[in-house]
Amino acid sequence: MTNHWRDIRNADLILINGGNPAEAHPVGFRWFMKAKVERGARMIHVDPRFTRTSAVSDLHLRIRTGTDAAFFGGLINYVLENRLYHDEYVREYTNAAFVVDKSYSFDDGMFNGFDEETRAYDPTVWKYETAPAGGQAPGGLGGSGKSATGLSTQSSGPNSTFARTDIDHPRSVLNLMRRHYARYTPEMVERITGIPRDQFLQVAEMVGEMGRPDKVMTQVYAVGLTHHTTGSQMIRAGAVLQLLLGNIGRPGGGMNAERGHANIQGNTDNAISWEILPGYLKVPAPGQRTVKDYVEESASKKAHPRAMNFFGENYGKFLVSLLKTWYGDKATKRNEYAFDHLPKPAGNASWISIFDQALQGNMEGVFLSGMTASSIGPDANQVQEALGKLKWLCVMDSLPTTSSEFWHAPGTDPSAVQTEVFVLPATHWIEKDGSFTNSGRWSQWKDQVLQPEHESRHDHWMLADLFVRVRELYRREGGKFPDPVMDLTLDYRDPAKPQLDEIAREVNGYDLKSGKRLETFLDLLDDGSTSAGNWIYTGSYTESGNQMKRRNGVQDPEKNDPTGMGFYSEWAWSWPANRRVLYNRASADPRGRPWDPERPGIRWDAGQKLWVGDVPDYLPDADPGDPESPLPFIMTGEGTGRLFSNGLSDGPLPEHYEPIESPVENPLHPEVSASPATFMYDEAAGRPNRFGTVDEYPYVATSYRLTEHEHYVTQHVERLVKLQPEAFVEIPEELAREKRIETGDMVRVWSKRGKLEVRALVTNRLGPLTIDGRKTFHIGIPIHWGYVGIKTGDHWLANALTPFVGDATVRTPEFKAFLVNLEKL
Amino acid sequence: MSELTRRDVLKVGAGGVALGGLSALGFDVAVAEATTIKQELRIEGAKVSRSVCPYCAVGCSILAYTRKARNGKAELIQIEGDPDSPINEGTLCPKGASAMELAISKRRLQYPLYRAPGAREFKRLSWSDALDMLAERVKAARDRTFVAKDDEGNVVNRTEGLAFAGGAAFSNEEGYLATKLMRALGLVYLEQQARV
Repeated sequence: MTNHWRDIRNADLILINGGNPAEAHPVGFRWFMKAKVERGARMIHVDPRFTRTSAVSDLHLRIRTGTDAAFFGGLINYVLENRLYHDEYVREYTNAAFVVDKSYSFDDGMFNGFDEETRAYDPTVWKYETAPAGGQAPGGLGGSGKSATGLSTQSSGPNSTFARTDIDHPRSVLNLMRRHYARYTPEMVERITGIPRDQFLQVAEMVGEMGRPDKVMTQVYAVGLTHHTTGSQMIRAGAVLQLLLGNIGRPGGGMNAERGHANIQGNTDNAISWEILPGYLKVPAPGQRTVKDYVEESASKKAHPRAMNFFGENYGKFLVSLLKTWYGDKATKRNEYAFDHLPKPAGNASWISIFDQALQGNMEGVFLSGMTASSIGPDANQVQEALGKLKWLCVMDSLPTTSSEFWHAPGTDPSAVQTEVFVLPATHWIEKDGSFTNSGRWSQWKDQVLQPEHESRHDHWMLADLFVRVRELYRREGGKFPDPVMDLTLDYRDPAKPQLDEIAREVNGYDLKSGKRLETFLDLLDDGSTSAGNWIYTGSYTESGNQMKRRNGVQDPEKNDPTGMGFYSEWAWSWPANRRVLYNRASADPRGRPWDPERPGIRWDAGQKLWVGDVPDYLPDADPGDPESPLPFIMTGEGTGRLFSNGLSDGPLPEHYEPIESPVENPLHPEVSASPATFMYDEAAGRPNRFGTVDEYPYVATSYRLTEHEHYVTQHVERLVKLQPEAFVEIPEELAREKRIETGDMVRVWSKRGKLEVRALVTNRLGPLTIDGRKTFHIGIPIHWGYVGIKTGDHWLANALTPFVGDATVRTPEFKAFLVNLEKL
Repeated sequence: MSELTRRDVLKVGAGGVALGGLSALGFDVAVAEATTIKQELRIEGAKVSRSVCPYCAVGCSILAYTRKARNGKAELIQIEGDPDSPINEGTLCPKGASAMELAISKRRLQYPLYRAPGAREFKRLSWSDALDMLAERVKAARDRTFVAKDDEGNVVNRTEGLAFAGGAAFSNEEGYLATKLMRALGLVYLEQQARV
């Protein structure tokens, strides 16, 4: 989240897409209800299903799954056409005024830069026009309407120049957007999403008001937006809308992901992800030989003279400090701080790629730690096959899972499965200390409450002990390039049993000369004199102690929340730098006055000559009156929010594309229905694609979650199994009548990839939609059941139905929009 | 009746309720005379620890109450929301509220298990054996699938045949360590629930 849970209470309008917080984040939802009850906020729920969230919303829009880009596109068009965007914010704080290079094009669903052979775009072609050299640096971006500047584009190269800025230019980002989104009329939105034109306009009017400086809207979403081949662009479309409305950086605003697991945020921050290193540094790529090469290719460049480009400018310091943490004295200036010890991936190595490699016989061993591949899928049948091709599988978990038991799943003959399976009993969260970072970036340290039972061990002790043994084997026997293994710094009292407290200090980082822990990542250097395991957590465990342990909360609001904005700055610690709302410089106008004095994020205090309020996401003493003061989005090369961006693989502006399995052709461009940049794993590996068509599979399925279950582990919790004991699929009433299905009947639901035989739940929570003139039904499939749990049996896996394909940029699977058929058993 | 806070009830309730106490709560004195309630808190004398819910990413702050059992081990007797938390203000959803059952479960895996190729069942394994076997296999897989230089002659130092996935339910410090160790082993296939 750019903001945080409690902050949602500050909103005037809450727009929820692809999420069901009343059921999936019930306690977080109290802040939504407080906004409603205490400030009269209105809530709009956009979801294929009518859920408990819809029941308390002011409006529920039934939307076809996977079409939120069209919905947001329609809102963007409405806001642009009716000039409802926050004018000064858009001019000064976004790249609306940046002029795009004349090579840019978008025709019939294709952006420029597509390579037919590799079936991929080259995002570097989506760049700005460079202004003539020697141009004057302007005071503002486009406030006066016209300006011309000197220098730099996004692409690397010795002669960097800034982007030309001119908001009235035909190729300004703003004007390109006007043309691009002009196609997203209310009628087109209805054709694609199924939302009736009038309903859409009702919402558009409410959203349009949120462009006023004294109004703020929060955009909330969850896996309903991420679980699509177009997920990244759908989310970005929501963020673009928020930038136009001036809601990013403000209390009550922002782009807020409701994440799923206790510490999924923290472990994303700590980079258990193929393409990053801790703190969102890019993983190095083949061809980079030095830290300089790496920074040159990975870091953003300044595209505006007043851009701070904080991340880009400090990239090298963060990497070198990480390398010093991992390789200590073995990381020296002479050896590029052991840069080559870092593995450089050949290509995409994400989740689906792991199982794709296993299917191709290239994967020897897989560790699954508190995660069950068999259930989480996608294409569970194919995953089972993949697991069967491994030499060995090691499951680290506290309870049995469908993965630990995959080799004797229903219908599987164990004698045909050659995979060795190790199951290591793990401790639970309550049997160890350590911190969890929630969706709002608040990191709370927890105590060790209980001692481990039986022979269960902590995950980190298993891994550390294993590593120490591997190291010992290399010491004795030698082997392939042992250096990174031998050289790794394991400065713990017991390297096989590190204490989480020791690790937390390592993550914070040190001034290696003084041996003192650092207060701020501003003190990190690239000369080898500092260390930090994760620069965004620098400041979490300073010489004053573990800030994540702090607990000064609501029992004393006067003391602990003096601004009344709900920051509670001394409860735990949030990254970065204990800031509660990101991009908060944008919560105040160019002169330093909050856009909305009732809900200030930060404001310039001329007396103290400081920014006060939340921890400023800005230089704390940069006087807004100084014409050279940096632009508010200090992390980007532009210094602004990015309406047009080359950060994603499938387009610089969000565009609606159909899910890979869709009931209709894309009304915007039928010839290019789905995103052309989507990676087809099966086809690329020489296996046939298994995608169904609407003739054979007439219904649109979407998977979802229940309040009483958390993925698969709660099948072991009796109380929760009692509340939701049996698998089912939700079928809309009209369709059920057609098929003579009643609640309780056993039905078969199947896709091109697999089938599920479960009970039917007939409901009016799902209803028909008219998509491009065609009546379309959704079927809802809760994911939680499998063949392991208190109510075991032959129950199969919901993900047996989902396709083996993911988003073009991030490869998140398309769990929530695929085609199925249905019959009564 | 004046507004009752939770603290008021607890204050009055602990260790027995006298008539005066009941009328402090606002109950009719006649009713209070008719009944005398001796009430003991289940969590009397318990140690309070702070934790965080293991389920979703709201991150409800929880209080865990333990008491030392006769054998000296800490026994968990209660989990509830932390009323002081700006995140959840003492509330919990059904999953968090039943988190005790996740913590103290008879279904927990108790010792390492090993299933041989083609076998029909698990066998119990000692930790030492399990870790030794895994270390051998990790090294063997690394040695077999390590690529020092790619086809273009670039130094890449990556292990292509091993993958690690998971971690959304363990702490930052464990996750960071997993990343550190796996990258040191040369892994490029490193993923968790964030992707899916």
